[in-house]
Amino acid sequence: MQHLPKSLGFRMPAEASPLGFRQSPAKVLLEVDGLTRRFVAGEGPAVDRVSFTLGEGELMALLGPSGCGKTTTLRMIGGLELPDSGRVLLRGKDITRLPVEKRGIGIVFQDYALFPHLSVRDNVRFGLRRIPRADAAARAEEMLALVGLQGLGDRKPHQLSGGQQQRVALARTLAVSPPLVLLDEPFSNLDAAMRVETRQEVRRLLKRTGSAGILVTHDQEEALALADRIAVMEKGRVLQIGTPDEIYRNPATRFVAAFIGRSNILPGRANGMDAETAFGRLPLSRAANGTVALAVRPEQIMIEPDPDGPAAVVGREFRGHDQLYWVQEGERCLLVISGPGQGQGAGLPIAIGDRVRLRICDCVTPVD
Amino acid sequence: MALAEIRAILPGRRMPAARVLFSAIGLGIGALMLLPLYYLLLRAFQADFATVWQLLTRPRTGQMLLNTAALTAGVLALCTVIALPLAWLVSRTDLPGRRVVNFLAVLPLAVPGYVMAFALIGLSGNFGFLNQVFGVTLPRPQGWWGATLALSLYCFPYLYLNLRAAFAGLDQSLEESARALGCTPREVFTRVTLPHLMPALMAGWLVIGLYTIGDFGAVALMRFEVFSYVIYLQYSAAFDRLYAAWLALILIVIALTVVWWESRLRQGVRYARTGSGSGAGPRRVRLGPVGRALGWGFAGLVVLASLGLPVAVLTFWMSLAPIGPILPALVTSFGQSLSVAVPSAALAAAMALPVAVLAVRYPSPLSTLINRLAFVGYAVPALAFALAFVFFSLQGARWLYQTHLLLVTVYALAFLALALGPIRSALYLARPSLEDSARALGHGPLSTFWRVTLPTIRPGVVAGSVLVFVIAMKELPIAFLLAPTGFRPLAITMFSRTSEGMLVEAAPYAAAIIAFSALFVGFVLRHDRKAEG
Repeated sequence: MQHLPKSLGFRMPAEASPLGFRQSPAKVLLEVDGLTRRFVAGEGPAVDRVSFTLGEGELMALLGPSGCGKTTTLRMIGGLELPDSGRVLLRGKDITRLPVEKRGIGIVFQDYALFPHLSVRDNVRFGLRRIPRADAAARAEEMLALVGLQGLGDRKPHQLSGGQQQRVALARTLAVSPPLVLLDEPFSNLDAAMRVETRQEVRRLLKRTGSAGILVTHDQEEALALADRIAVMEKGRVLQIGTPDEIYRNPATRFVAAFIGRSNILPGRANGMDAETAFGRLPLSRAANGTVALAVRPEQIMIEPDPDGPAAVVGREFRGHDQLYWVQEGERCLLVISGPGQGQGAGLPIAIGDRVRLRICDCVTPVD
Repeated sequence: MALAEIRAILPGRRMPAARVLFSAIGLGIGALMLLPLYYLLLRAFQADFATVWQLLTRPRTGQMLLNTAALTAGVLALCTVIALPLAWLVSRTDLPGRRVVNFLAVLPLAVPGYVMAFALIGLSGNFGFLNQVFGVTLPRPQGWWGATLALSLYCFPYLYLNLRAAFAGLDQSLEESARALGCTPREVFTRVTLPHLMPALMAGWLVIGLYTIGDFGAVALMRFEVFSYVIYLQYSAAFDRLYAAWLALILIVIALTVVWWESRLRQGVRYARTGSGSGAGPRRVRLGPVGRALGWGFAGLVVLASLGLPVAVLTFWMSLAPIGPILPALVTSFGQSLSVAVPSAALAAAMALPVAVLAVRYPSPLSTLINRLAFVGYAVPALAFALAFVFFSLQGARWLYQTHLLLVTVYALAFLALALGPIRSALYLARPSLEDSARALGHGPLSTFWRVTLPTIRPGVVAGSVLVFVIAMKELPIAFLLAPTGFRPLAITMFSRTSEGMLVEAAPYAAAIIAFSALFVGFVLRHDRKAEG
C-alpha cells in the first residue's frame, strides 16, 4: 500500500482502498471506519485502520492469507472483539461498543457451533425468543424447509452430515432475519465437492432472505465465486476492494495480482496508457508513467510452437480443459495457460523442451 | 472488594459483567477459605509467648513430629513397593488377566483407612477372625506399623493410577534408543524409565502424603500419636484448645511445605516428548512361566491383603450377630450421612462453576489467585481445617456453631478442589464458539451460561458433584469436630464403636461404607476407561 499506482493523480488516504472510492454502494448498511486492533504491545497491529462500506443485501468477502487480520475484523464487526480504535456503524447507528447480543448481527462459525444438547429444531428456534412459541415453531419449520432439511428437526446435530450441519447453522442464523450475516471460513470443514455445491446454496439463501453477508476466507476461488465484492487483506490492512472481475483484471498491487489467480510480473517503461516491454508496446489497463512492474495473467499470453522461437518449455501441467506451461525466456520463467484449440499448432501438444514463441495481445496491469 | 474496583483491575474485553460477577464470587470463596485460618491464628496467639514456648517445647511435640515423618515415609515407601511393580505388570507385560488385576488394584479405594484399620484390628486378638477361624492369634496391630499398613493398603491405588498412566505415556523408542546406545536393561530403568516416571511418582506421593499427614481415623484406631490424633485428643478429651490450635498450625505448615516442595521439584521436570515424530506405544514384555507365577503371586498377595482381608473380617464379624435389630439405626445413620453429603455436593459444584469459568475463559493473575485459593481447603489437613472453623464459629459467628449449614459449607470448601477438576476439564472441551453463537442469537451472558454453557459441561458438573458426594459420605475428621449434637453419620458411628472395641456393632456400618465407597471406585474406573480412549 505504500506504493500506490502512479497513475492516480491524487494520494489516497492510507486507510482507504485505491479503488474503493468508485464502489460505495447505493444504500449503505454497514460502515466500518478505521478499525484497529493490536494484540501484543510493541508488535504491529493485527488489524490496521480497516475501512469499508457494505450495501443492503450485498455479499462481501474478506480475502487474505492466514494471519492477515480478516477474522479479527469480522469478530470486531460482530462484537466478539473490541477494537482499540475505529468505529462500526450499522444503518448509521454506532454499535462499536454494543454487546454481541444487542447488535442483531448473525454469525456462522467455522465449526458451525450447533448446540449439541439441543435438537435441530431447538437449535433453529434458539434465537427466536421474543416472539410467541407457536410463531417461533412455525418459523423454525419454515427455515428448515428453506435449507432443505424438513423432517430432520428431531435429530441431534451429531446425527447430521457436515453439509447438513452447515445448513442448520445457516437456518438458525437466518431465522431471526438479521440484516447482516458474518461467515467465518464457513466451508473449510467440508470436502471439495460439497464446498462448491454449498457455496452457491449459501449465496442463494442470503440473496433470497435479503440479508447482507461478510464472508471470511483464504480461498480466492471461493471469494471469486461467492461475493459481490472482495476486500483483499494483507498484514492487517485492506489492499483493494472491488468486484471479483475488477480484482482479477485490475489488481492494485503485486500482492493482489499474485494472490488472486496466478500472475507473471514483467518490468516495463510506462508512458500514459501504454508501456514498452520485452513483448513490445502493450496497452495498460490504467495509466502509469516511468518504470513499472506489470502483472500479466497466464491466459493473456499466447503460446505458439516455433523451432526458431526465443523461449523453451521447461514444465507442463495438464489441467483437464487447459494446459499450464512454464516457459523459460532468457532470465525469466513465465507461466502460460493455453486453452483448448489454442497453442496446439498442427494439433500436436507442446512437449517439454520444445522451442516456442510467446505473444501478449491484451492490456496488462501496472502494479506497485 | 467493590465491583467497581474489580472492574478497574480487569480491563475485560468480552462479557465483562459475567467476569466481574464470577471474580467477585471467586474472591468470596477465597475469603471463606482464609477467614477461619485467620481465627485459628488469632486463637493461637491469644496466649503469651512463655506459655506457647512451653507448649511447643514439650517432648511430646517433638515426638509427634518424628512420628508424622516416620508414618509418611513408611506409607510412601510401602505404597511405592506395592504400586510400582503392579503398574509395570499391568501396563508393560503380557501377564494374562491383567485387566482383572487392574480392576482389583483400584478397588481398595473403596475401603477407607479407618475401615482398613478396623479390619486389621478385627483380624487379631483372642476374639479375632484368625483365632476363631484358624486358631492363630496375632498381637493387635498398633502404632507405627499398624497405621502404616492400614494407610498403605488404602492409599496405594492413587499411586498406581498415576504410574499406570505414566507407563502408558512412556515413549517406547526412548527405551529402545537407550538399549541401542549400549545400556543394560537395568541401566535403562534407572536412567530412562525412572526419570520419566518421576512426575507421576511425585503427583501420587503428594496426594498420599497429604492424606497421611491429615488422616485421623486410621491413626486414632491404631493409637499412633501423630498430629491429627493428638489434636483430636486435646480438643475433645483434654479441652486444651490452645495446644490444639498450635498443633493445627504446625500441621498446616507441614502440609504447605510438602505442597511447596513438590511444586518446586516439579518445576525442573519436563519430560514431554520433544520432536514431531509420533511416539511408539509401549510394547509388552513377554513373561515366561516363572515370571507369570511371580506376577500372579505378587498381584494375588496385594489383592488378598487390600481386599480379601477387609471383606473376610467384615463377613466374620457380621456373621456373629443378626443384622435385623440394628437395621433401623443403620438406616437412620445412612440418612444423616445423606442429609449432609447431598447439599455439600451441590454447594461444591456451585462454587466450582464460577472458579472454573474464570480459569478457562478469563485467564488472568486474579483468576490464577482465585484458583490457588480454591485448593486451600484440599491442602490444609481436614482436622486443622475443621478446627479453624470451630474457632471461627465460636468467635466470629456463634449462630453457626454446630449447625448443618456450617458442616455443609466446610465440606464444600474442603472438597471444592475435587469438584473443580472435572468441571474445568469439561469447560476446556467446550468450544467458545458455542457461547459466541448464543450471544449472536440475542442471548445475554447469563442466559447464555444457563442455556448453553451449563448443558454442555453437564457431565463434568455431575462428575464433580458425585466425587464430592461420595467423599462426604465417608468423611470422618471434619464431621467429628463440626457435627451438630445428636448427628451420627455412618463414619462417626463406625469409628466410635470400633474405638470402644465393639467390633460386632461396628461391622454393618463398615460394610455400608465399603458398599458406598465402591460407587466412588466404579466412578473412578469409568473415568479411567474414558481417559484411556
